[in-house]
Amino acid sequence: MIPVAFDYKKASSVEDALAALAEGGEDAKLMGGGQSLVPVLRLRLNAPSVVVDCSSIPELKGIKDEGGKILIGAGTTHHAVMNDPAVKSSLKVLADATASVADPQIRHRGTLGGALAHSDPRADQPPVALALDAEFTIAGTTGQRTVAAADFFQGPFETAVGPDEILVSIAFPKLDGWGGHYEKFNRAAQAWSIIGVAAAVRMEGGKIAEARIGLTNVGGTPHRASAVEQALVGASSIAEVEAASMHASDNLSPFADEDADVDYRLHLARVLTARSVARAAGIS
Amino acid sequence: MTDVVDTGTALGRPIKRKEDARLLHGQTNWTDNIQLPGTVHMAILRSPLAHAKITHLDVSGALEMPNVVAAFGAAELGELNSSVPCVWPVTDDMVAPDFPALAKDTVHHVGDCVAVVLATDAASAADALEAMSVDYEPLQAVVNMESAISPGSTLVHEDKGTNTCYVYNLGGGYDEKVKEADVVVKRRFINQRLIPAFMEPRSVVAAPMGMSDEITMWTSTQIPHILRLLIALVTGIPENNLRVIAPDVGGGFGGKLQIYREEILVAQLARKLGRPVKWTETRSEDMVATHHGRDQIQDIEIAAKSDGTLVGLKVDLKANMGAYLQIITPGIPLLGMFMYPGIYKMDAYDFQCTGVFTNTTPTDAYRGAGRPESTYAIERIMDELAAELGMEPMELRRKNWIKHEEFPYTTIAGLTYDTGNYELATARALELFDYEGMRAEQKSRRDSGDRVQLGIGISTFTEMCGLAPSRTLGALKYVAGGWEHCTVRVLPTGKVEVITGTSPHGQGHETAWSQIASSILGIPVEDIEVVHSDTGRAPYGMDTYGSRSLAVGGQAIKAASERLVDKARVIAAHQLECSPEDLEYVDGVFQVKGDREKAQPLGAVAFEAFTAHNLPDGVEPTLSAEATIDPQDFSFPHGTHLAAMEVDTETGKVTVRKYVCVDDVGVQVNPMIVEGQVHGGVAQGIAQALYEGANYDEDGQPQNANLSTYLIPSAPDLPSFITDTTCTPSTTNPLGTKGVGEAGAIASTPAIINGIVDAIRHLGVNDVLMPATPMTVWKTIQAAQGGK
Ligand SMILES: Cc1cc2nc3c(=O)[nH]c(=O)nc-3n(C[C@H](O)[C@H](O)[C@H](O)COP(=O)(O)OP(=O)(O)OC[C@H]3O[C@@H](n4cnc5c(N)ncnc54)[C@H](O)[C@@H]3O)c2cc1C
Repeated sequence: MIPVAFDYKKASSVEDALAALAEGGEDAKLMGGGQSLVPVLRLRLNAPSVVVDCSSIPELKGIKDEGGKILIGAGTTHHAVMNDPAVKSSLKVLADATASVADPQIRHRGTLGGALAHSDPRADQPPVALALDAEFTIAGTTGQRTVAAADFFQGPFETAVGPDEILVSIAFPKLDGWGGHYEKFNRAAQAWSIIGVAAAVRMEGGKIAEARIGLTNVGGTPHRASAVEQALVGASSIAEVEAASMHASDNLSPFADEDADVDYRLHLARVLTARSVARAAGIS
Repeated sequence: MTDVVDTGTALGRPIKRKEDARLLHGQTNWTDNIQLPGTVHMAILRSPLAHAKITHLDVSGALEMPNVVAAFGAAELGELNSSVPCVWPVTDDMVAPDFPALAKDTVHHVGDCVAVVLATDAASAADALEAMSVDYEPLQAVVNMESAISPGSTLVHEDKGTNTCYVYNLGGGYDEKVKEADVVVKRRFINQRLIPAFMEPRSVVAAPMGMSDEITMWTSTQIPHILRLLIALVTGIPENNLRVIAPDVGGGFGGKLQIYREEILVAQLARKLGRPVKWTETRSEDMVATHHGRDQIQDIEIAAKSDGTLVGLKVDLKANMGAYLQIITPGIPLLGMFMYPGIYKMDAYDFQCTGVFTNTTPTDAYRGAGRPESTYAIERIMDELAAELGMEPMELRRKNWIKHEEFPYTTIAGLTYDTGNYELATARALELFDYEGMRAEQKSRRDSGDRVQLGIGISTFTEMCGLAPSRTLGALKYVAGGWEHCTVRVLPTGKVEVITGTSPHGQGHETAWSQIASSILGIPVEDIEVVHSDTGRAPYGMDTYGSRSLAVGGQAIKAASERLVDKARVIAAHQLECSPEDLEYVDGVFQVKGDREKAQPLGAVAFEAFTAHNLPDGVEPTLSAEATIDPQDFSFPHGTHLAAMEVDTETGKVTVRKYVCVDDVGVQVNPMIVEGQVHGGVAQGIAQALYEGANYDEDGQPQNANLSTYLIPSAPDLPSFITDTTCTPSTTNPLGTKGVGEAGAIASTPAIINGIVDAIRHLGVNDVLMPATPMTVWKTIQAAQGGK
C-alpha cells in the first residue's frame, strides 16, 4: 500500500495553507488528521501532487462556548470534541455520535472538520451538523464566508468547500436542556454505520415540544427527517414516537449494499429513528 | 538446589509465555524487517479480471522507470516460471490444472499473477507496475459451483474439459438402512468462503549467500521444512543448497500452510539476479492472493427412529477448489469426511464429495480444515432433527453419543476414538451456563412476545488432531508422512537446546516445549532454548498445522529427553563409580540411591561428555539424543459449547450474551496457553457465524476484499467467555495430550447458529445463512412470517 509520490507541506496558519493550496493548484490536497485521506492515497484512489498538512494550525483547534453557540475549530480531534464539557452538556448528540466513530486511535487523530469536509455518506457526524443547523465558516483567498448546514453537504464526498478553500470552524447552536442520542447501527463495534440516527429532543410537560433528526447513510448526503420532526410534536408515549417515526422513510431513496438492501434500510430508518428519539426523550 | 525444585512440575503450570516479551515489545524480526544489502523489491501485476485471455503483455515500460532492475512476464521468465505443486492427489483421476507462478496466456481469478517488476526500493517497484502494458480479452467467469458442474458450463481450464476436479466416495449402506428410519431430515447448509486474515501479511526474502551456492529464504510460513523440499523440487535449487527460515510469524491459521507462487518467484529471481529479492504483500493483495478457506455446499440427510435413535447419515458435498489446486486443496474436505458422524453412534454413513473449479482464489486449509465444516453440518442437523422429533436437543445428543464406558470406540467413519467423556464435559457446561435458568428465560420472553428473543445454541463436538500416522496419510494418497522429530542437546555449560521440527506462528511452542523438556530433564524452563523453524538449525520436521505439534511433536520431545537422560545416566554412573541402576535422577541431578553426597548434576555430565576425558567404554562424546516419532493414531479432543444468543427480531441484530465451553483436550502442558487457544478459536468460529464471508459477484469480482468490508470481530463484539476443562488423557500418545489449536474454531460456529435458530424457531425459522448479518436474520424472519 504505497501511495504515489507527493510533496508534503506543513502549514502553520490558515493563510499559509491557503497560499500552499493556491500554489499547488488542482492537484493540492488538504490533510487534517489524515484518517480518511491517507487510506485514499494508499489505495491510489487519489494522487495529489502536494499534501498540505493543516493539523498544526493553532487557529483551527479548540472549542469555544460563545453563549448561544459552541464554536468548534475544524482541526479539533474527535477525542477532544467528545470529551469537552460544553459539548457534553449542550450538544449531547454530537458527543454521542463522535464517540461512536471508529476506535480511540483514530479519534485521537481524526478531526471534526476533516470528517465534515470529507462528507462520507457513512460518517456519523454530518447528520448531527445537519439536524442541528450548524454553520460552517470557510476561508478562501478572498476572505471568509459562512454556509448553512443545509447547503454544505452537496453529495457523496462533495461539500461547499472549494478546492482552494479551508473549513475553519463549525458553530452549533446550543441545545441546553435538550435530550440527545445517536443510535448507531453497525455490524461490529468498529465498523461503519449501516445506518445512524441523530436525535435531539426538547421536552415540555412530558411531551415532545421540538425535535431534530438527522440520518446517516440513507443517501448520498446526510438526511434531515423533517416529517418526523413535525409529527413528533406533542408525542409522549412510545406508541406515538413509533407512529411519528414511520415518516423516517418519507422521501428517502436509499442505495443497496452488502449490509442493507433498500427495503431493509427503509425499515431500519423507521425502527431506529423511534429508538433514537425514545432514548433522547427518555420515553420508554 | 532450591531454585530448581519446582521445575519437575513444570508440566501443567500456567507459566507466562517466554516468547511474549520479544513479540509484544517489538524486539523481533518479522520477515519484512529483514534488510540485506543489495536487496531488490518485487511488486506483482495482478489480474483485475476473474477470467480472461492475456492478449498483450509488455513489461518493458517498467524498465524505463526509476530504480527498476528487471521485469518479467511469463515469456521473459521462461523456464524459471515453475508451477505450484499440489501434494494431495486424492483420486487417481483427479484433474490438476497447470498452475504456473506467472499466468501464461489466461488469468483464472482476480489476483492471479501476471508479471513482476524488481526495483531497488519497494515504492519504485509499486510505481513501475503502472508502466507495464497489458490487454485482456474477458472470458465468462465461472463462479457458482452448481452451474460450474452443469453441462455446457464455461470451463475454468479449457484444456481440462471439465470443471469437476474429483468425485470421492465413502460408505454405501445408507440407502438400505434408511428404510428402518421413522424420520428423515434433509438440509442444505452453506459453509461460506472465509479469508484467513492473519495479522502479519505474507513476506518472503531470498538471498544467495555468497561463499557457497546456498540460497537462504526467510518466509512467513507455517511449514519451513515442507517448503524447502517443495521449493527444491519445483525450482531445481538443490535441496542441500537451500535453507528456509521462518522468523517469528504473525499468525497463519492454515493460510501459511502453503507453497505460494510468490515464494517460488522470489527464490528463482534471487538466483537469477544473484542478489537478495524481497516481497511483502499488501493487505489488498492478501485478500485475493492468499488462499481462502471453507466454501462448501453441504447437502446432508439424517435418519432416525421416532425415539431419536440415529440410523444413518448421508452427506453430499460440493467443495470449491477455486481456480487452481494449491498444496492440499483437494484434501481439505476429506479431512472433514471422517468427522461428519461427530460423537454419535449410527449404523450407516455415506459420503460423497465433488471438488469444483471456479474462477475464484484457490481454497485450502483454514483453522480446522474440513472439520469445522463437518462439525457445523452434524451439530446443525442434530438440532433440526430434535425439532422434528420434538425432543430437547441435548437429550437427542445424549441418547446417541458414545458413552464414556464405550471407549475406545470405532465410529461408522472408521476412526477409533481412544478416550472421551461427553457426559462429564456436558454436565459441567450445563451447570456453568445455568441451562435451566436460560430455558426459563427463553420461555418467558417467548410468552411475552419480547422484541428480543433468546436462544440456546449447543455444540457437542469432537475433532481429529495429531496429523498424522504416516500409513494413514499414505492410504489417503497424501505424498508425505506425519512424523515429528526432536533433538535435545545439553551444552557444556549445562544449557539445553530442544530442537523441534514444529514451526510455531503464535502458539507458544517455545514455552510449552520447554515445559515438557523441563519436566523430564529437571532443568529450569529459562535454561531451555527451543530451536525451531530453520532448516539449517532444526533440519528435520513436518511443521505445524492440524493441531499436530503437541500431540505428535510433544512425543518426540518426551522421547528425546528420556533418551538423553538414559545416556547421561551411563556417564554419571561411570563418574560416580556405581551402576546406572543405582542412580536416581531428581531435579536435574543424578544421585546415588541412599547416598545423597554422591551426586552429579546434568550440566556436569554434559561437560564430561564434552571433554570426553573420562567416558565409559563405548559411549560417544557429546550429550544429545534424538527421536523421530510416527504417531500411533489421531487424538480426539472434544467439548460441550453453549451459546446464549439474543436476537432483536425488529432489526435482525444478534448478540452473543453468554458463551460457555468445557473442553477436554487431554493432559494440559500449559493451561494458560490452552485457554488462550480456546478464546481465539471460539472468537474465530463466532466470526464465521456472524461476521465473515468472502463474496464474489457473477463476474468473479470480490465484493469485500478489504478489512473495512470483510468484517473481523474484535473484543468489544464478544462476551467474556466462560471456559473450563475436563481431562480424559489420550491413550494414543504417552503425554496423554490431544491438541487445542483448532477446537474453539470448530465448536463455536454451530453453537452460535443453533442459538439463533433456537431463538426464532417459533417464528417459523429453521435455518439462517452465515454470516448471520442483521439483514440476513431480518430477511429470514420476514420470509418465515410471510410464508405462514
Ligand atoms: C478504520 C477507520 C474507521 C473509521 N470509522 C469511522 C466511523 O465509524 N464513523 C465515522 O464517521 N468515521 C469513521 N472514520 C473516519 C474518521 O472519522 C476520519 O477521522 C474522518 O473522516 C476524517 O477526519 P480527518 O481529520 O482524519 O480528515 P483527513 O483524512 O485529513 O481529510 C479528509 C478529507 O477532508 C479534507 N479536509 C480535512 N481537513 C479539512 C479542512 N480543514 N478544510 C477543508 N477540507 C479538509 C481533506 O482534504 C480530505 O479530502 C474511520 C476511519 C478509519 C481509518
